[in-house]
Amino acid sequence: MIDKTLPIDQALAAVHDGQTVMVGGFGVPGTPFLLLDHLLKQGARNLTLVKNDANEPGMGISKLLEAGRVRTLIASHLGLNPTAVAMMNRREIDVDLYPQGILAEKIRAGGAGLIGILTDIGIDTMLRESRQLVSLEGREAILEPALRADIALIHAAAADRCGNLVFAKSARNFSPLMAMAADRVIVEAETVVPTGSLDPDGVHLPGAFVDHIVALEKLTPDYGVLPQHVR
Amino acid sequence: MSDKEKIAARAALEVQSGQVINLGIGIPTLIPDYLPSSTQAFIQSENGILGMGPRCRNGSEDRNLIDAGGNYVTLTRGASFFDSALSFAIIRGGRVDISFLGALEVSAGGDLANWIIPGKLAPGIGGGMELAQKARRVIVTTAHTTRDGRPKILPRCTLPLTAKGCVRTIITELAVIDVTPEGLVLRELASETRLAEVRQKTAAPLRCPRKEIPRF
Repeated sequence: MIDKTLPIDQALAAVHDGQTVMVGGFGVPGTPFLLLDHLLKQGARNLTLVKNDANEPGMGISKLLEAGRVRTLIASHLGLNPTAVAMMNRREIDVDLYPQGILAEKIRAGGAGLIGILTDIGIDTMLRESRQLVSLEGREAILEPALRADIALIHAAAADRCGNLVFAKSARNFSPLMAMAADRVIVEAETVVPTGSLDPDGVHLPGAFVDHIVALEKLTPDYGVLPQHVR
Repeated sequence: MSDKEKIAARAALEVQSGQVINLGIGIPTLIPDYLPSSTQAFIQSENGILGMGPRCRNGSEDRNLIDAGGNYVTLTRGASFFDSALSFAIIRGGRVDISFLGALEVSAGGDLANWIIPGKLAPGIGGGMELAQKARRVIVTTAHTTRDGRPKILPRCTLPLTAKGCVRTIITELAVIDVTPEGLVLRELASETRLAEVRQKTAAPLRCPRKEIPRF
Protein backbone atom coordinates (compact mmCIF):
# COMPACT_ATOMS: atom_id res chain seq x y z
CA MET A 1 0.00 0.00 0.00
CA ILE A 2 1.23 3.47 -0.86
CA ASP A 3 1.85 5.51 2.28
CA LYS A 4 3.20 9.05 1.81
CA THR A 5 3.16 9.97 5.50
CA LEU A 6 6.52 10.99 6.92
CA PRO A 7 7.80 12.61 10.14
CA ILE A 8 8.01 16.39 9.68
CA ASP A 9 11.81 16.69 9.95
CA GLN A 10 12.37 14.00 7.31
CA ALA A 11 9.91 15.70 4.97
CA LEU A 12 11.56 19.13 5.40
CA ALA A 13 15.06 17.71 4.87
CA ALA A 14 14.25 18.17 1.17
CA VAL A 15 14.43 21.98 1.50
CA HIS A 16 17.86 23.46 0.72
CA ASP A 17 19.44 26.91 0.82
CA GLY A 18 18.60 29.10 -2.17
CA GLN A 19 15.51 27.17 -3.24
CA THR A 20 12.14 28.54 -4.30
CA VAL A 21 9.33 27.54 -1.94
CA MET A 22 5.63 28.07 -2.64
CA VAL A 23 3.48 28.44 0.46
CA GLY A 24 -0.30 27.95 0.29
CA GLY A 25 -2.78 30.09 2.19
CA PHE A 26 -4.57 33.40 2.00
CA GLY A 27 -4.23 35.02 5.40
CA VAL A 28 -4.61 32.31 8.05
CA PRO A 29 -6.79 29.80 6.15
CA GLY A 30 -4.52 27.42 4.28
CA THR A 31 -1.25 28.66 5.75
CA PRO A 32 0.86 25.62 6.80
CA PHE A 33 2.03 27.11 10.11
CA LEU A 34 3.61 23.93 11.49
CA LEU A 35 5.66 23.29 8.34
CA LEU A 36 6.81 26.93 8.39
CA ASP A 37 7.77 26.80 12.09
CA HIS A 38 9.82 23.66 11.44
CA LEU A 39 11.40 25.18 8.34
CA LEU A 40 12.58 28.03 10.56
CA LYS A 41 14.21 25.48 12.93
CA GLN A 42 15.58 23.47 10.00
CA GLY A 43 17.60 26.57 9.03
CA ALA A 44 17.36 26.83 5.23
CA ARG A 45 18.27 30.34 4.12
CA ASN A 46 18.49 32.54 1.06
CA LEU A 47 15.03 31.32 0.09
CA THR A 48 12.65 32.67 -2.51
CA LEU A 49 9.12 32.42 -1.14
CA VAL A 50 5.95 32.53 -3.22
CA LYS A 51 2.80 33.30 -1.25
CA ASN A 52 -0.29 35.42 -1.85
CA ASP A 53 0.40 37.54 1.24
CA ALA A 54 3.01 37.75 4.01
CA ASN A 55 0.72 36.62 6.86
CA GLU A 56 0.87 39.00 9.83
CA PRO A 57 3.87 39.99 12.00
CA GLY A 58 5.14 37.06 14.06
CA MET A 59 3.09 34.48 12.16
CA GLY A 60 3.67 32.06 9.29
CA ILE A 61 6.11 33.24 6.63
CA SER A 62 6.65 36.49 8.53
CA LYS A 63 8.80 34.47 10.99
CA LEU A 64 11.09 33.45 8.11
CA LEU A 65 11.22 37.03 6.81
CA GLU A 66 11.99 38.41 10.27
CA ALA A 67 14.75 35.80 10.79
CA GLY A 68 16.48 36.91 7.57
CA ARG A 69 15.96 33.60 5.77
CA VAL A 70 14.27 35.08 2.72
CA ARG A 71 15.98 36.86 -0.16
CA THR A 72 12.97 37.30 -2.44
CA LEU A 73 9.23 37.29 -1.82
CA ILE A 74 6.82 36.88 -4.74
CA ALA A 75 3.34 37.92 -3.61
CA SER A 76 0.22 39.87 -4.39
CA HIS A 77 -0.53 41.94 -1.28
CA LEU A 78 1.31 42.60 2.00
CA GLY A 79 -1.39 44.83 3.49
CA LEU A 80 -1.76 42.94 6.79
CA ASN A 81 1.97 42.79 7.48
CA PRO A 82 3.58 46.20 8.20
CA THR A 83 6.82 44.41 9.20
CA ALA A 84 7.15 42.92 5.72
CA VAL A 85 6.29 46.26 4.08
CA ALA A 86 8.98 47.97 6.18
CA MET A 87 11.56 45.28 5.23
CA MET A 88 10.62 45.75 1.57
CA ASN A 89 11.01 49.54 1.83
CA ARG A 90 14.41 49.14 3.55
CA ARG A 91 15.43 46.75 0.73
CA GLU A 92 16.10 43.93 3.20
CA ILE A 93 14.01 41.67 0.98
CA ASP A 94 13.28 41.86 -2.74
CA VAL A 95 9.55 41.82 -3.31
CA ASP A 96 7.86 41.09 -6.65
CA LEU A 97 4.18 42.00 -6.51
CA TYR A 98 1.68 40.73 -9.08
CA PRO A 99 -2.05 41.20 -9.57
CA GLN A 100 -3.53 38.41 -7.47
CA GLY A 101 -5.24 36.44 -10.23
CA ILE A 102 -2.21 36.80 -12.49
CA LEU A 103 -0.03 35.35 -9.73
CA ALA A 104 -2.51 32.46 -9.42
CA GLU A 105 -2.55 31.95 -13.19
CA LYS A 106 1.28 32.04 -13.49
CA ILE A 107 1.40 29.27 -10.89
CA ARG A 108 -1.42 27.32 -12.54
CA ALA A 109 0.41 27.59 -15.88
CA GLY A 110 3.62 26.33 -14.25
CA GLY A 111 1.71 23.38 -12.86
CA ALA A 112 0.03 22.67 -16.17
CA GLY A 113 3.32 22.47 -18.09
CA LEU A 114 2.85 25.76 -19.93
CA ILE A 115 5.63 28.26 -20.66
CA GLY A 116 3.65 31.41 -19.88
CA ILE A 117 0.39 33.26 -20.23
CA LEU A 118 -0.79 36.33 -22.14
CA THR A 119 -2.87 38.95 -20.34
CA ASP A 120 -4.05 42.53 -20.72
CA ILE A 121 -4.27 43.17 -16.96
CA GLY A 122 -2.31 46.33 -16.14
CA ILE A 123 -1.56 47.08 -19.78
CA ASP A 124 -2.51 50.77 -19.31
CA THR A 125 -0.62 51.10 -16.01
CA MET A 126 2.97 51.36 -14.79
CA LEU A 127 3.09 47.54 -14.88
CA ARG A 128 3.76 47.63 -18.63
CA GLU A 129 7.10 49.38 -18.05
CA SER A 130 8.57 46.26 -16.44
CA ARG A 131 6.88 43.64 -18.62
CA GLN A 132 7.48 41.99 -21.96
CA LEU A 133 4.79 43.08 -24.43
CA VAL A 134 3.63 40.94 -27.35
CA SER A 135 0.94 41.23 -29.98
CA LEU A 136 -1.53 38.44 -30.74
CA GLU A 137 -4.40 38.71 -33.23
CA GLY A 138 -4.03 42.48 -33.23
CA ARG A 139 -4.23 42.81 -29.45
CA GLU A 140 -1.41 44.00 -27.25
CA ALA A 141 -0.69 41.72 -24.31
CA ILE A 142 1.71 41.28 -21.43
CA LEU A 143 3.67 38.03 -21.53
CA GLU A 144 3.91 36.55 -18.05
CA PRO A 145 6.25 33.57 -17.66
CA ALA A 146 4.85 30.55 -15.83
CA LEU A 147 6.04 30.09 -12.27
CA ARG A 148 7.35 26.86 -10.72
CA ALA A 149 9.06 26.05 -7.44
CA ASP A 150 11.38 23.47 -5.95
CA ILE A 151 9.09 22.91 -2.98
CA ALA A 152 5.43 23.57 -2.10
CA LEU A 153 4.25 23.66 1.51
CA ILE A 154 0.52 22.99 1.72
CA HIS A 155 -2.11 22.74 4.47
CA ALA A 156 -5.06 20.38 3.94
CA ALA A 157 -8.12 19.62 6.04
CA ALA A 158 -7.85 15.94 5.16
CA ALA A 159 -5.52 13.63 3.26
CA ASP A 160 -5.57 9.95 2.55
CA ARG A 161 -2.32 8.00 2.64
CA CYS A 162 -1.81 8.14 -1.12
CA GLY A 163 -2.04 11.94 -1.09
CA ASN A 164 -5.58 12.82 -2.18
CA LEU A 165 -6.44 16.12 -0.52
CA VAL A 166 -9.52 17.93 0.72
CA PHE A 167 -9.38 21.62 1.65
CA ALA A 168 -11.79 23.46 3.93
CA LYS A 169 -13.84 26.49 2.83
CA SER A 170 -11.70 29.56 2.04
CA ALA A 171 -8.53 27.61 2.93
CA ARG A 172 -8.34 26.19 -0.61
CA ASN A 173 -7.17 29.44 -2.33
CA PHE A 174 -3.65 28.96 -3.82
CA SER A 175 -3.00 25.48 -2.38
CA PRO A 176 -4.05 23.17 -5.25
CA LEU A 177 -2.35 25.47 -7.79
CA MET A 178 0.93 25.50 -5.88
CA ALA A 179 0.82 21.75 -5.33
CA MET A 180 0.65 21.38 -9.12
CA ALA A 181 3.60 23.71 -9.69
CA ALA A 182 6.37 22.36 -7.42
CA ASP A 183 8.89 19.56 -7.89
CA ARG A 184 8.31 18.33 -4.35
CA VAL A 185 5.07 18.83 -2.47
CA ILE A 186 4.92 18.57 1.32
CA VAL A 187 1.45 18.57 2.87
CA GLU A 188 0.43 18.96 6.50
CA ALA A 189 -3.02 17.47 7.08
CA GLU A 190 -5.40 17.96 9.99
CA THR A 191 -6.73 14.45 9.44
CA VAL A 192 -5.05 11.51 7.71
CA VAL A 193 -7.50 8.81 6.65
CA PRO A 194 -7.00 5.36 5.10
CA THR A 195 -6.76 5.27 1.31
CA GLY A 196 -10.18 4.58 -0.12
CA SER A 197 -12.15 6.43 2.51
CA LEU A 198 -12.39 9.78 0.68
CA ASP A 199 -15.23 10.19 -1.81
CA PRO A 200 -13.48 10.41 -5.23
CA ASP A 201 -16.01 13.09 -6.25
CA GLY A 202 -15.00 15.17 -3.24
CA VAL A 203 -11.21 15.09 -3.74
CA HIS A 204 -9.96 18.65 -4.41
CA LEU A 205 -6.42 17.65 -5.43
CA PRO A 206 -5.45 14.19 -6.70
CA GLY A 207 -2.61 12.40 -4.96
CA ALA A 208 -0.40 12.46 -8.08
CA PHE A 209 0.68 15.97 -7.02
CA VAL A 210 1.60 15.07 -3.43
CA ASP A 211 4.96 13.65 -2.29
CA HIS A 212 4.89 13.76 1.51
CA ILE A 213 2.14 14.02 4.12
CA VAL A 214 2.76 15.17 7.68
CA ALA A 215 -0.06 14.44 10.13
CA LEU A 216 -0.86 17.41 12.39
CA GLU A 217 -1.23 16.23 15.96
CA LYS A 218 -2.76 19.43 17.25
CA LEU A 219 -3.52 22.87 15.93
CA THR A 220 -1.51 25.70 17.50
CA PRO A 221 -3.24 29.04 18.24
CA ASP A 222 -1.98 30.44 14.90
CA TYR A 223 -4.56 28.26 13.15
CA GLY A 224 -7.41 29.58 15.25
CA VAL A 225 -9.63 32.63 15.13
CA LEU A 226 -7.44 35.76 15.41
CA PRO A 227 -8.82 38.17 18.04
CA GLN A 228 -7.64 41.20 16.05
CA HIS A 229 -10.09 40.33 13.26
CA VAL A 230 -13.12 39.63 15.43
CA ARG A 231 -15.75 42.31 15.09
CA MET B 1 -25.07 57.48 10.44
CA SER B 2 -21.37 58.11 9.79
CA ASP B 3 -20.23 59.27 6.34
CA LYS B 4 -18.94 55.79 5.60
CA GLU B 5 -22.28 54.20 6.52
CA LYS B 6 -24.11 56.79 4.43
CA ILE B 7 -21.99 55.93 1.39
CA ALA B 8 -22.46 52.18 1.93
CA ALA B 9 -26.23 52.54 2.35
CA ARG B 10 -26.51 54.51 -0.90
CA ALA B 11 -24.20 52.08 -2.72
CA ALA B 12 -26.39 49.14 -1.66
CA LEU B 13 -29.25 50.61 -3.74
CA GLU B 14 -27.23 50.02 -6.93
CA VAL B 15 -27.36 46.25 -6.45
CA GLN B 16 -30.06 44.15 -8.13
CA SER B 17 -31.20 40.63 -7.31
CA GLY B 18 -29.27 37.92 -9.11
CA GLN B 19 -26.14 40.01 -9.56
CA VAL B 20 -22.62 38.88 -8.68
CA ILE B 21 -20.84 41.66 -6.81
CA ASN B 22 -17.38 42.08 -5.31
CA LEU B 23 -16.58 44.35 -2.39
CA GLY B 24 -13.19 46.03 -2.03
CA ILE B 25 -11.49 46.82 1.27
CA GLY B 26 -12.96 49.63 3.42
CA ILE B 27 -16.36 51.21 2.81
CA PRO B 28 -17.49 48.48 0.34
CA THR B 29 -17.35 45.84 3.09
CA LEU B 30 -20.16 47.75 4.89
CA ILE B 31 -22.56 47.38 1.92
CA PRO B 32 -24.04 43.96 2.90
CA ASP B 33 -25.41 45.53 6.08
CA TYR B 34 -27.63 47.76 3.91
CA LEU B 35 -28.80 45.30 1.23
CA PRO B 36 -32.58 44.93 1.54
CA SER B 37 -33.64 41.35 2.29
CA SER B 38 -35.53 41.36 -1.02
CA THR B 39 -32.20 41.78 -2.88
CA GLN B 40 -30.55 38.39 -3.38
CA ALA B 41 -27.08 39.10 -4.71
CA PHE B 42 -24.07 36.78 -4.72
CA ILE B 43 -21.06 38.39 -3.10
CA GLN B 44 -17.81 37.12 -4.58
CA SER B 45 -14.62 37.19 -2.53
CA GLU B 46 -11.21 36.93 -4.23
CA ASN B 47 -10.03 34.25 -1.81
CA GLY B 48 -12.46 31.74 -3.29
CA ILE B 49 -16.04 32.35 -2.16
CA LEU B 50 -19.22 33.03 -4.09
CA GLY B 51 -22.18 33.65 -1.79
CA MET B 52 -20.54 35.45 1.10
CA GLY B 53 -22.84 36.83 3.81
CA PRO B 54 -22.38 39.62 6.35
CA ARG B 55 -19.45 39.68 8.78
CA CYS B 56 -19.66 37.37 11.81
CA ARG B 57 -20.96 38.60 15.11
CA ASN B 58 -18.64 37.90 18.00
CA GLY B 59 -18.49 34.21 18.88
CA SER B 60 -19.63 32.67 15.60
CA GLU B 61 -16.32 32.90 13.70
CA ASP B 62 -15.07 29.98 11.61
CA ARG B 63 -11.25 29.85 11.37
CA ASN B 64 -11.49 28.72 7.73
CA LEU B 65 -13.93 31.36 6.57
CA ILE B 66 -12.62 34.88 5.96
CA ASP B 67 -13.02 37.54 3.29
CA ALA B 68 -10.10 38.93 1.30
CA GLY B 69 -9.44 41.53 4.01
CA GLY B 70 -9.08 38.93 6.79
CA ASN B 71 -12.51 39.49 8.38
CA TYR B 72 -14.56 36.51 9.55
CA VAL B 73 -17.67 36.20 7.41
CA THR B 74 -20.81 34.12 6.98
CA LEU B 75 -22.31 32.40 3.93
CA THR B 76 -25.62 32.79 2.15
CA ARG B 77 -27.68 29.97 0.64
CA GLY B 78 -26.19 28.69 -2.60
CA ALA B 79 -22.62 29.54 -1.66
CA SER B 80 -19.61 27.77 -3.17
CA PHE B 81 -15.84 27.57 -2.65
CA PHE B 82 -13.08 27.35 -5.26
CA ASP B 83 -9.37 28.02 -5.78
CA SER B 84 -7.76 31.38 -6.60
CA ALA B 85 -7.36 30.72 -10.33
CA LEU B 86 -11.06 29.97 -10.70
CA SER B 87 -11.90 32.94 -8.48
CA PHE B 88 -10.14 35.26 -10.89
CA ALA B 89 -11.67 33.51 -13.89
CA ILE B 90 -14.99 34.76 -12.49
CA ILE B 91 -13.52 38.27 -12.36
CA ARG B 92 -11.50 38.43 -15.58
CA GLY B 93 -14.07 36.35 -17.46
CA GLY B 94 -16.63 39.10 -16.97
CA ARG B 95 -18.97 37.40 -14.49
CA VAL B 96 -18.78 40.12 -11.83
CA ASP B 97 -21.67 42.54 -12.41
CA ILE B 98 -20.51 45.24 -9.99
CA SER B 99 -17.13 45.82 -8.38
CA PHE B 100 -17.26 48.31 -5.51
CA LEU B 101 -13.82 49.84 -4.94
CA GLY B 102 -12.24 52.55 -2.82
CA ALA B 103 -10.21 55.32 -4.46
CA LEU B 104 -7.26 57.58 -3.85
CA GLU B 105 -8.13 59.51 -7.04
CA VAL B 106 -10.71 59.27 -9.84
CA SER B 107 -10.41 61.25 -13.07
CA ALA B 108 -13.10 62.89 -15.18
CA GLY B 109 -12.58 60.12 -17.72
CA GLY B 110 -13.10 57.35 -15.16
CA ASP B 111 -9.44 56.51 -14.58
CA LEU B 112 -8.92 54.98 -11.13
CA ALA B 113 -5.87 55.26 -8.86
CA ASN B 114 -6.19 53.28 -5.67
CA TRP B 115 -3.19 51.04 -5.09
CA ILE B 116 0.05 52.97 -4.71
CA ILE B 117 1.40 56.27 -3.41
CA PRO B 118 4.98 56.17 -4.67
CA GLY B 119 7.43 56.39 -1.78
CA LYS B 120 4.69 55.88 0.80
CA LEU B 121 1.92 53.33 0.51
CA ALA B 122 2.69 50.29 -1.63
CA PRO B 123 1.45 47.09 -0.01
CA GLY B 124 0.62 45.50 -3.36
CA ILE B 125 -1.96 45.29 -6.11
CA GLY B 126 -4.10 42.47 -4.71
CA GLY B 127 -7.15 41.84 -6.88
CA GLY B 128 -7.94 45.51 -7.51
CA MET B 129 -6.46 45.83 -10.98
CA GLU B 130 -8.36 42.82 -12.32
CA LEU B 131 -11.63 43.94 -10.72
CA ALA B 132 -11.25 47.51 -12.00
CA GLN B 133 -10.41 46.40 -15.51
CA LYS B 134 -12.81 43.47 -15.96
CA ALA B 135 -15.95 43.88 -13.82
CA ARG B 136 -18.98 44.85 -15.92
CA ARG B 137 -19.52 47.95 -13.81
CA VAL B 138 -17.11 49.66 -11.41
CA ILE B 139 -18.59 51.82 -8.67
CA VAL B 140 -16.21 53.83 -6.55
CA THR B 141 -17.26 54.42 -2.95
CA THR B 142 -15.08 57.01 -1.29
CA ALA B 143 -14.93 60.12 0.85
CA HIS B 144 -15.35 63.09 -1.49
CA THR B 145 -12.00 64.61 -0.42
CA THR B 146 -8.78 63.41 1.19
CA ARG B 147 -8.32 63.64 4.97
CA ASP B 148 -6.69 67.03 4.55
CA GLY B 149 -9.54 68.27 2.39
CA ARG B 150 -8.07 68.00 -1.10
CA PRO B 151 -10.36 66.85 -3.95
CA LYS B 152 -10.11 63.19 -4.98
CA ILE B 153 -12.13 63.72 -8.16
CA LEU B 154 -9.69 65.35 -10.59
CA PRO B 155 -9.37 66.28 -14.26
CA ARG B 156 -6.55 63.72 -14.45
CA CYS B 157 -5.10 61.30 -11.89
CA THR B 158 -1.69 62.24 -10.54
CA LEU B 159 -0.99 58.83 -8.92
CA PRO B 160 -0.16 55.65 -10.86
CA LEU B 161 -3.35 54.13 -12.30
CA THR B 162 -5.07 50.94 -11.25
CA ALA B 163 -7.00 50.91 -14.54
CA LYS B 164 -7.88 53.40 -17.24
CA GLY B 165 -11.43 54.57 -17.98
CA CYS B 166 -13.00 51.90 -15.78
CA VAL B 167 -15.18 53.85 -13.30
CA ARG B 168 -18.86 54.25 -14.18
CA THR B 169 -20.23 55.77 -10.96
CA ILE B 170 -18.77 57.59 -7.94
CA ILE B 171 -20.65 57.54 -4.64
CA THR B 172 -19.46 59.87 -1.87
CA GLU B 173 -20.99 61.28 1.31
CA LEU B 174 -22.03 64.33 -0.76
CA ALA B 175 -23.15 63.05 -4.14
CA VAL B 176 -23.70 60.30 -6.69
CA ILE B 177 -21.80 61.14 -9.89
CA ASP B 178 -21.85 59.19 -13.17
CA VAL B 179 -18.89 59.06 -15.53
CA THR B 180 -20.28 59.56 -19.05
CA PRO B 181 -18.72 60.12 -22.47
CA GLU B 182 -19.57 63.82 -21.92
CA GLY B 183 -17.74 63.90 -18.59
CA LEU B 184 -18.93 63.76 -14.99
CA VAL B 185 -22.68 64.18 -14.44
CA LEU B 186 -24.28 64.79 -11.05
CA ARG B 187 -27.05 62.22 -10.48
CA GLU B 188 -27.97 62.75 -6.81
CA LEU B 189 -27.12 65.02 -3.90
CA ALA B 190 -26.93 63.94 -0.28
CA SER B 191 -29.63 65.41 1.94
CA GLU B 192 -28.63 68.81 3.28
CA THR B 193 -25.74 69.09 0.85
CA ARG B 194 -25.55 72.19 -1.33
CA LEU B 195 -24.57 71.91 -4.99
CA ALA B 196 -22.00 74.67 -4.46
CA GLU B 197 -20.19 72.53 -1.87
CA VAL B 198 -19.98 69.56 -4.28
CA ARG B 199 -18.65 71.81 -7.04
CA GLN B 200 -16.10 73.36 -4.70
CA LYS B 201 -14.82 69.95 -3.57
CA THR B 202 -14.74 68.44 -7.07
CA ALA B 203 -11.68 69.49 -9.08
CA ALA B 204 -12.99 68.12 -12.41
CA PRO B 205 -15.79 69.79 -14.42
CA LEU B 206 -19.19 68.56 -13.19
CA ARG B 207 -22.30 68.74 -15.37
CA CYS B 208 -25.53 69.31 -13.56
CA PRO B 209 -28.87 68.47 -15.23
CA ARG B 210 -31.34 71.38 -15.31
CA LYS B 211 -34.07 69.40 -13.53
CA GLU B 212 -34.24 69.10 -9.77
CA ILE B 213 -31.53 66.81 -8.42
CA PRO B 214 -32.85 63.85 -6.38
CA ARG B 215 -31.63 63.55 -2.79
CA PHE B 216 -30.31 60.52 -0.90
